[in-house]
Amino acid sequence: MDSSSLLQYLITGLTLGSTYGLTALGFTIIFNTTGVINFAQGEFVMLGGMMSVFLVRVLGVTVPLAVPLAALGTMLTGALVERLAIRPVRGCPSINLVIITIGVSILIRGLAMLFWGKDTHVLEPFSGDQPVMVLGAAIMPQAFWVLAISVILLTGLKLFFSLTTQGKAMLACSFDPKAASLVGIGVQRMVMLSFMISALIGAVGGIILTPITMTSYDKGIMLGLKGFAACILGGLGNPFGAAAGGLILGVLESLGAGFVSSAYKDALAFIVLLILLFVKPSGLFGQKDAKRV
Amino acid sequence: MQNGYNVAYRRDMFWLAGFFTLLMLAPFCMPNNYYLTILILCGLHAMHAVGLCLLVGHAGQISLGHAGFYGLAAYTSAYLSTTLGLAVGLSMVAGVVLTVLISLLVGLPSLKLKGHYLAMATLGFGIILSILFTETVDITGGPSGFVGIPRLSILGQELTTDIAVYRAVAVVLCLMVWLSFNVLHSRIGRALRALHTSEKAAQAMGVDIARFKLFVFVLSAAFSSISGVLYAHYLTFIAPVSFGFMFSVELIVMVVLGGMVSVPGSIVGAFFVTILPEFLRAFENVEVVLFGAILILCMMFLPDGLAGGWNRLWSRFRRAVHE
Amino acid sequence: MKAARWIVVLLLYLLCSASALAESIKIGAVLSVTGPASFLGEPEKNTLLMLRDQVNSKGGINGQQVEVIVYDDESDVNKCVMAAKKLLDQDRVSVVVGPSISGNTLAIAKFFSSAQVPLISCAAAEKIVRPVDPWIFNTPQLDRHAVTKILLDAQSRKYSKLAILTVSDGYGQAGRGVLKELIPAQGFALVADESFGPKDTDMTAQLTKIKGTSPDAIICWGTNPGPAVVARNRTQLGLTTPLYMSHGVASNKFIELAGEAAEGLILPAGRLVAVEQVPAGHPQKRVLEEYVANYTKTYNTPVSSFGGYAHDAFALVREAIIKGGSAKPSDIRNNLEKISSFAGTSGVYSYSSDNHNGLDENAFIMVTIEKGAWKVMQ
Repeated sequence: MDSSSLLQYLITGLTLGSTYGLTALGFTIIFNTTGVINFAQGEFVMLGGMMSVFLVRVLGVTVPLAVPLAALGTMLTGALVERLAIRPVRGCPSINLVIITIGVSILIRGLAMLFWGKDTHVLEPFSGDQPVMVLGAAIMPQAFWVLAISVILLTGLKLFFSLTTQGKAMLACSFDPKAASLVGIGVQRMVMLSFMISALIGAVGGIILTPITMTSYDKGIMLGLKGFAACILGGLGNPFGAAAGGLILGVLESLGAGFVSSAYKDALAFIVLLILLFVKPSGLFGQKDAKRV
Repeated sequence: MQNGYNVAYRRDMFWLAGFFTLLMLAPFCMPNNYYLTILILCGLHAMHAVGLCLLVGHAGQISLGHAGFYGLAAYTSAYLSTTLGLAVGLSMVAGVVLTVLISLLVGLPSLKLKGHYLAMATLGFGIILSILFTETVDITGGPSGFVGIPRLSILGQELTTDIAVYRAVAVVLCLMVWLSFNVLHSRIGRALRALHTSEKAAQAMGVDIARFKLFVFVLSAAFSSISGVLYAHYLTFIAPVSFGFMFSVELIVMVVLGGMVSVPGSIVGAFFVTILPEFLRAFENVEVVLFGAILILCMMFLPDGLAGGWNRLWSRFRRAVHE
Repeated sequence: MKAARWIVVLLLYLLCSASALAESIKIGAVLSVTGPASFLGEPEKNTLLMLRDQVNSKGGINGQQVEVIVYDDESDVNKCVMAAKKLLDQDRVSVVVGPSISGNTLAIAKFFSSAQVPLISCAAAEKIVRPVDPWIFNTPQLDRHAVTKILLDAQSRKYSKLAILTVSDGYGQAGRGVLKELIPAQGFALVADESFGPKDTDMTAQLTKIKGTSPDAIICWGTNPGPAVVARNRTQLGLTTPLYMSHGVASNKFIELAGEAAEGLILPAGRLVAVEQVPAGHPQKRVLEEYVANYTKTYNTPVSSFGGYAHDAFALVREAIIKGGSAKPSDIRNNLEKISSFAGTSGVYSYSSDNHNGLDENAFIMVTIEKGAWKVMQ
């Protein structure tokens, strides 16, 4: 196997992996404040993509304007989901909340199908589709956009959590919601905020990836699944672990397709994941949590 | 089993007797075979739900891989009976035995994991299986399905009519419910309840957690595999799409919707989730939206499931009668 | 006065509904209107409903009104089985059109042979019609015909090494089976056999691997959106190896999705993709033009060849009923087998007791994509 092929597999894997990583990031943020895996996370990614396509192709909005609008729209959806479906049942066991998020994902998917139809849609790349050749491997300009925006998002999150009061309050909620509410943090507001942030991240991911992956109303299922896997791989609750988990999963898949078999690439990725879980039960970068009796 | 004859156990047995009678009488109210087909599928889904009720509701372990066990048993039995020409009964037993063994192998390392990590491990396992069903075209017939599976037969007697299959499914389901009630009222059931309240405390009391968890996991996999072999030989056709990740999720939805800890509740949940789309069929494209909305509303207003909702209604009724 | 008018209206209504009840021909349909295969089921359903209205407004078939009952199987086997049972046991239809996908067709076929009701599938797998089940027909061109067409083209270009890239669903599996059989049989070397998942979004890895085996051409077998991704990835990687597509992407949606990457791709397709390029004297010309005009007028969306499968199924049923003068299931079946040289949208059908597909490779033409439009190759 020549080195340019290997490089190509790595690049492909990293681009693919950032898809999973961005979805995983959203999972992590909601998990941290609520302890719930939000099955509708993939739907946020889909909404970002579909809204931007709708704005650009049907309403004729320019891309630089459509991106923030779609992100805002999805953020609003995230807030609505929290307000209408999650807040009324606070205090229920987390499995109930998980089922509600499953219901929400079915609902959002169904509505997207009704409004935008069942077709797949595509968005023009932000800066042309002439690939950049590096050592015999092709990199799409859009991949740079994806990489750059992912890094910006991650840095932004890092700053938000470590510098702002809101961010620190959210972090406090994730450690101990009861203690957090005792020191005067509005836990419910933090949960709302976490839904908005993860919807925002999902949407941005969906928008910047649409030129590469295309989008359709049912895109969220697969992304949600892979995003969840990425989250677990990186260690649940650690945003940077989630992003890294996504990249690792993407590279695993692409190497699997390249060197072993394209038919079994997903199976290979999951086998590695299982082995890893058995060896290190709390993911690559996860902390072993000590449960109180 | 010394408290096997207490009040709760008797109540459960009464319920089972009633349920069995209802199942046996139901066909007489069915205008045609279409309704019978729905009932058979409901029954097959309820088998998973009963097993998962023990696993999720009582042992507190999430599994997103039971569709894999379902498929593994179905494909094994289909392959043995169709391709290798073994007797249907023997193939079915082989399918169940193989699945039970695999579930043991999967359960041993997986059940050491907690919460979402366990969900992920079982999910990963389920996905690997479903990829195998899709890709090993020579054995499974690949994505377009396994055709020409012989019909269900019991002791050499082929069940040619839907009503015969229905009765078989109903009897098997009731046997599973009976077994589950007995497990719940035994030492294992009590240990599980202790485990659910506090795992560490139960461990300190000398409950062998790992073994009980594994037992319930394998039992639920066995229920799913029995459902799988019955499904394969009832439909005489299987395809990988029926055993995918979404079905595992659907199974969890059935159990939680039914009320998690209640065996009858989870059966009702299974019937509800299976029948609902048939009723919503008239709404065409809006069906999916309605299904999602109903699911959310049920969970919001019946946090302890259909069983919990029923109990509350029943006690209110009783109070009203007493007053 | 007013009351009298109401009574007349009521009487007329009763008369109409009574005659409709007594004499309407019930045609059932199980289609994947939602779910992953909705790109097939939706145009098929639209087509059936449109044809029903057309036929009924012209007085029905043999003077009988047509009732079309469409159920959505959501691309799911269990739902398909239930829908089929409902059509057979509850609605008691005379004939059923569908399902949209091969797996579902194979799942329900046996119910139709035991109920003795003809099923006309809109799915292409060879297993549906070979061996022949007396009650099961299908309308799409077979994969075998498409592969034959592609290989003839490859032969004329003196290619010898071929690579295949197929989707891992029922459509791709059927195509892959035929490709793996016919490629060596026609004297080509199969140098790579790769696949991709129906929901995969990047096929760069597969194409890179194929590139390493330096084939003369690549044959990609799948339905949207996968092949569009393959086409895009191919240009992105700077691959110049010619790429053949299957008839599964023969819709304008593919050109839209693949964009410039679609330029120069070659594929076999039914004549529906390029109606205006069909020569005037061709037997299919009239039916194609009519279908395209009516469909675009009724639904305001472009036609797809998949809707054409349902169109042909309906037209064949209508022909069989007219031919035999009876809408009894067994008569429809018998008369379907007597249909010969019947022009539909997908080709010219000739059914017989040992041929329940009725088309041959002439149902396909080779087309290429030029400046974002279909161009028939000579």
